Amino acid sequence: MNQSGQTTASESPVGVNKIRRPRVRVETLWAIFTLIPSIILLGVFVYYFIFWTGYVSFTKWNSFIQDMHFNGFRNYVAIFQSFRFQSDLRNMVFFTVFFMLGCLILGLFLAILVDQKIKAEGFFRSVFLYPMAISAAATGVIWSWLLNPTTGLNLILHAFGIKHVPQWYLSTRILPNVHIASISGGFPLAMIAVLIASIWQWSGFAMALYLAGLRAIPEELKEAARIDGAKAMRLFFSITLPQLRPITTTAVVMLMASSLKVFDLLYAMTGPGANFVTDLPALNMFDTTFQGNEFAQGAAIATVLLILVLIFIIPYLIGTLRKEVSK
Amino acid sequence: MRARVFNRTILYVVLVIFAAVFLIPVYLLIITGLKSNSAVGLSHMWAWPNPLGFSGLSQAWQQVAPDMLNSVYLAVSATVVVTILGAINGYALAKWKFRGSNVIYFFILLGMFIPYQSTLIPLIRILDKVGLFDTIPGLALVHIVYGIPMMTLIFRNFFADIPGELIESAQIDGNGYWGVFRHIMLPLSIPGFVVAAIWEFTQVWNDFLFGVAVTDPPNQPVTVAIVNIAGSQHIQWNVLMSSTLLASLPTLIVYLVLGRYFVRGLLAGSVKG
Repeated sequence: MNQSGQTTASESPVGVNKIRRPRVRVETLWAIFTLIPSIILLGVFVYYFIFWTGYVSFTKWNSFIQDMHFNGFRNYVAIFQSFRFQSDLRNMVFFTVFFMLGCLILGLFLAILVDQKIKAEGFFRSVFLYPMAISAAATGVIWSWLLNPTTGLNLILHAFGIKHVPQWYLSTRILPNVHIASISGGFPLAMIAVLIASIWQWSGFAMALYLAGLRAIPEELKEAARIDGAKAMRLFFSITLPQLRPITTTAVVMLMASSLKVFDLLYAMTGPGANFVTDLPALNMFDTTFQGNEFAQGAAIATVLLILVLIFIIPYLIGTLRKEVSK
Repeated sequence: MRARVFNRTILYVVLVIFAAVFLIPVYLLIITGLKSNSAVGLSHMWAWPNPLGFSGLSQAWQQVAPDMLNSVYLAVSATVVVTILGAINGYALAKWKFRGSNVIYFFILLGMFIPYQSTLIPLIRILDKVGLFDTIPGLALVHIVYGIPMMTLIFRNFFADIPGELIESAQIDGNGYWGVFRHIMLPLSIPGFVVAAIWEFTQVWNDFLFGVAVTDPPNQPVTVAIVNIAGSQHIQWNVLMSSTLLASLPTLIVYLVLGRYFVRGLLAGSVKG
């Protein structure tokens, strides 16, 4: 986006300053001064609160009465030993992987379709992206009915003569069901329903990113790739995909961050499910803290979740900001 | 030539199938919303509304209108305040970089990505202490604070694209920090404000986590209201779907009318300079 020269100009809009001025410019003071309210607000609501939560996770505050006595790592040990949190970790791994793959593949596919100089492009783009404008809560309410085993999409399957309709989010099966720690390891089939709803919501985001990426590929390269037939496939894998790699990185980071934070959808659609087959850490944290009043354990779950997100968000942010500065 | 026409046909068939699948939920919301109480029934969920009836919609409206109003208060007040904050921050960080300004920008941005669960316990304690727990102003404050990162990002990227020469010539004309902001930046940043305002409005309207954590009825936003309706035992199915439709309409309308700007916000959120 930055044309050459702009960045340097923006760094000192006054231009080359020949007179030595040891004192700080009044503009810089204004800039710092106007940032102060936001710095204070975020300092308190983000950084101080995170610190506070981290602190609570090491206390004995596991009842309605606040008890800030030091408890060591016992809350962390407790959650990692609990059936529910172990189930969460299993579900999270499967959910994140399939959610990302689903959104990326479907998003790229739709972007390529829409990029074929089609008629009514605006209409199709809008249709594939509108779920992003709907709240995850509403999405959860709608899909809890669409994927309810006794009605919704199963009625349509019935009409096609399918006798054994899926149990969707009420399924308790776990494949392949091997014992790991205290839980049965494998992919809980109930997660498929949650995946369908969330991929429906988010694949348009991947499409929008990929569409922007495709449009940024030089026209000559694209023309070559547009030729039909077997050649097109090779050109796609040797030209288009490599060109889209930075976009894919962005999409992976954004989708991963959002998949770790899934809460509204679960709350509205399935809840934790039987044997926690559709539970995820964000929902567990909320229940543990505000229904169970186990504040210290809730804080421990929140802290684990935070660390998981920061592990890949911080390098990504530093990377993008560096690139921008060096441009 | 013939193969080409054939391929185009397949292309459109695939596009239409996918579009239809994507539209299923909205189709269901609309047909169910237009069914009279006598025509509802989960066994003919997919049937066209016959006869048409608006009892579901009107009952839903009676049920969620107060919560919709709460959401309007929240979304409008938070959007107004936080777009102004974002514009001021973005201007400072894009055009008047100083030593450490990129570090400040980094820590502002990071606030956008954290799972908010890691702030909820102290957040509720503090809101309670200052008397803002379970109030609409309290929830608006929360949205304002956590909206700052994204708004700063949108405006910073927007202002970064305004050429430095414009600022230089404005300074030669005797404009200072705020003169440049008012006479150069603001007139050029109307699209930036549209992108930012749409984004923030949609975010606040669609929020559920803060709403459910910080408020109880009757101060809840509409997202919390529909989830509560869905969870109650005695609810007619057409009323629930109509409530969900009503709760989704404002952001859907904004999206249909100003979708272009919504997409820009969406792409800006990926921190591409």
